[in-house]
Amino acid sequence: MSTASSESTAAGRKAPAGERVADWADGRLGIYSLAKANMRKIFPDHWSFMLGEVALYSFIIIILTGVYLTLFFHPSMNEVEYHGSYVPMQGVRMSEAFASTLDISFDVRGGLLVRQIHHWAALIFLGAMFVHMMRVFFTGAFRKPREINWLFGFLLFVLGMFTGFTGYSLPDDLLSGTGVRFMEGAMLSVPIVGTYLSMFLFGGEFPGHDFVARFFSVHVLLLPGIMLGLLVAHLILVFYHKHTQFAGPGRTNKNVVGMPLLPVYMAKAGGFFFLVFGVISVIAATFTVNPIWALGPYRPDQVSTNAQPDWYMGFSEGLIRIMPGWEIHLWGHTLVLGVFIPLMVFPMVLAAIAVYPFIESWVTGDKREHHIADRPRNAPTRTAFGAAWIAWYTVMLIGGGNDLVATHFDLSINSITWFVRIAFFVVPVIVFFATRRICLGLQRRDKDKVLHGRESGIIKRLPHGEFIEVHEQLSQEQLHTLTSHDQNKPYEVGPETDENGVQRKVGRSNKLRARLSKGYYGEQAQIPKPTAEEYREITSGHGHH
Amino acid sequence: MKKLSARRRHPLAALVVLLFALAATGGLYAAFAPAGEAKADQASSQSLAIEEGKKLYDVGCSSCHGTGGQGSSDGPSLVGVGSAAVDFQVGTGRMPAQQPGAQVPEKKKIYSEDEINQLAAYVASLGSGPIKPTKSQYDPSGADIANGGQLFRTNCAQCHNFTGEGGALTHGKYAPGLGDVDPKHVYEAMQTGPQNMPSFPDKVMPEQDKRDIAAYLKTVNSKDAENPGGYKLGGLGPVVEGLFAWIFGLGALIIVAIWVAARTAKAKKS
Repeated sequence: MSTASSESTAAGRKAPAGERVADWADGRLGIYSLAKANMRKIFPDHWSFMLGEVALYSFIIIILTGVYLTLFFHPSMNEVEYHGSYVPMQGVRMSEAFASTLDISFDVRGGLLVRQIHHWAALIFLGAMFVHMMRVFFTGAFRKPREINWLFGFLLFVLGMFTGFTGYSLPDDLLSGTGVRFMEGAMLSVPIVGTYLSMFLFGGEFPGHDFVARFFSVHVLLLPGIMLGLLVAHLILVFYHKHTQFAGPGRTNKNVVGMPLLPVYMAKAGGFFFLVFGVISVIAATFTVNPIWALGPYRPDQVSTNAQPDWYMGFSEGLIRIMPGWEIHLWGHTLVLGVFIPLMVFPMVLAAIAVYPFIESWVTGDKREHHIADRPRNAPTRTAFGAAWIAWYTVMLIGGGNDLVATHFDLSINSITWFVRIAFFVVPVIVFFATRRICLGLQRRDKDKVLHGRESGIIKRLPHGEFIEVHEQLSQEQLHTLTSHDQNKPYEVGPETDENGVQRKVGRSNKLRARLSKGYYGEQAQIPKPTAEEYREITSGHGHH
Repeated sequence: MKKLSARRRHPLAALVVLLFALAATGGLYAAFAPAGEAKADQASSQSLAIEEGKKLYDVGCSSCHGTGGQGSSDGPSLVGVGSAAVDFQVGTGRMPAQQPGAQVPEKKKIYSEDEINQLAAYVASLGSGPIKPTKSQYDPSGADIANGGQLFRTNCAQCHNFTGEGGALTHGKYAPGLGDVDPKHVYEAMQTGPQNMPSFPDKVMPEQDKRDIAAYLKTVNSKDAENPGGYKLGGLGPVVEGLFAWIFGLGALIIVAIWVAARTAKAKKS
């Protein structure tokens, strides 16, 4: 290794400066082999594969702007009187956290823009993670070997939610203070340990003097640190597994067709980063987000209507808002079910989507590696489940914004709450079955296209007067793409008796698994692919239509 | 004296005494009352306004509020609501109501300022109540905005939102948005407590505080209000911000992603 550069000098010719620097670095870091192995890594091209990049870049933007904000933010709850440049707040007593946020907004150069970039980027970051996660879900890209990476991504989303929540609470404004109070109430509803948890977190009675400083550490250090680590692990696994690709001619489960990371994707990704930064900056420069100066400092005796968390926590707000205010009084203690049940449902909503890959692989018994992404229609049950989950989530979001729905659509807030209560149970079921049917319809359509070709829009009149539409045969590439998906067989329990006629023991879970598997891959759950014989028979004939 | 004492139990004696008493008080009043001409004019113009107001009332209001303002099953009694309530309800177009519903909405006002004053005079004559404020009472200039903001967040934000963007109440009722509401009407609403709103009489919230609140609203939620952060998206908070981030933020970024993905390097054919 150390002799690498001596040859060129021996030849009496000096290597170019760049080569010498690279050589110097390689001699000490050994990056050449690492770079050689990875820089030419191939990535497939599809816009939906770039949604994760949007999340990554908005995360970087959040870190950059967040560092700037920490330079001016005072995470302290000492009470001060405001004398800054925002007139409607002058002389108002507030915490130092709130006062310094006002200063960032009005007296620090570029402070308001950076604050708004930080906040908009956070909203978009969570949204981008959500759509990225749904892309992975609907294309089945979570299947073996990517289950762990799915969990990493899911954890990033959940941690992102809590990082966002703690950040939203830092300015100690009336809106976020109400949110923290909400959280305190949820904690208090936990039987036995609730009060201890609350006292521990707030260092005494709510709001105390500690929570801003504590949330600050959590928001800028603890959670982003974990997220950064998970993010690196997430990306390493993407490299290690290689990216999935959609089916197409020349693309198999064993290769990746696309462009190399260097130079093509480096250039694209670099440019895309600046595009993301640009879009977020334009939004932040044009539209207000979280105008804390209009909201006022937090005081526990004040509250406002329209008090909602940022969108990613909105479903928990919805759970609370639609829950009837049940209470149980036992032996002088109160169990606030109206809050405790939503608190318990909250993690279950998230877990439902997180554990899905494991449920699917158990039900279908599919332990193979998958590197070809499914088209959603070819996995109707999975697609239906995902759509039902999104519908469920959306119903909860509507519940969380029930007051705004009421005022903007001239409806009664009580009717909306009742609608959401019923829809919470009914809508996912309806969406599940509707989506499955739509998927099957699309599969039939694919089959039709393969066998009969594309409708060309050209109407032909036959000699005897009949009108027909001319169908155009698909190209070989298109035929391959439409017929390359797997057709799976449902898992069977097997014969009930063994070869000697003795009844076999079949566990209940096995029976359930067989039944679910039939739901996934049974006759009602997939349209048989057209076979080559069918295709030949139809296309070889005379004047097909 | 005997004659007098003999007749003091006469059936008409009480009437005679009453006549004497009335004559005496009337005479004394006539003798001592300052007979100013202007006063007589004002009194007569006031009574004229009441008369005109009654005519308007009979046509526009009596079907619900009753012919004497006593109220009916369709509308509350107007005895004691005062001229401030009339000026608010009719001046913002809420009255006369168009149709029954969860709440009577603000709409285009249909009476002229003079007619509103006449109606107010008539309704005020039914029983004393809050009096329509003068300009010096509600004029927002020079008021303490910061104090108004604190009072607003303590007393009003629960229903009207942080800066008076409005909010929902139960069963289709709502607290209306307060953007660009005339400070006079803000003041009157606090005085009289229209519809679902509680009233804040001067004992509870002194005149100066009401003026501060009106000034705060004018500063943060009117055409003249400054929006340092850019367009405020209705000022309704995270629900709207979230929707915006999804539709326009992510929407734009997905379009950009499609654009970038569509521009790929062409493979060299060798």
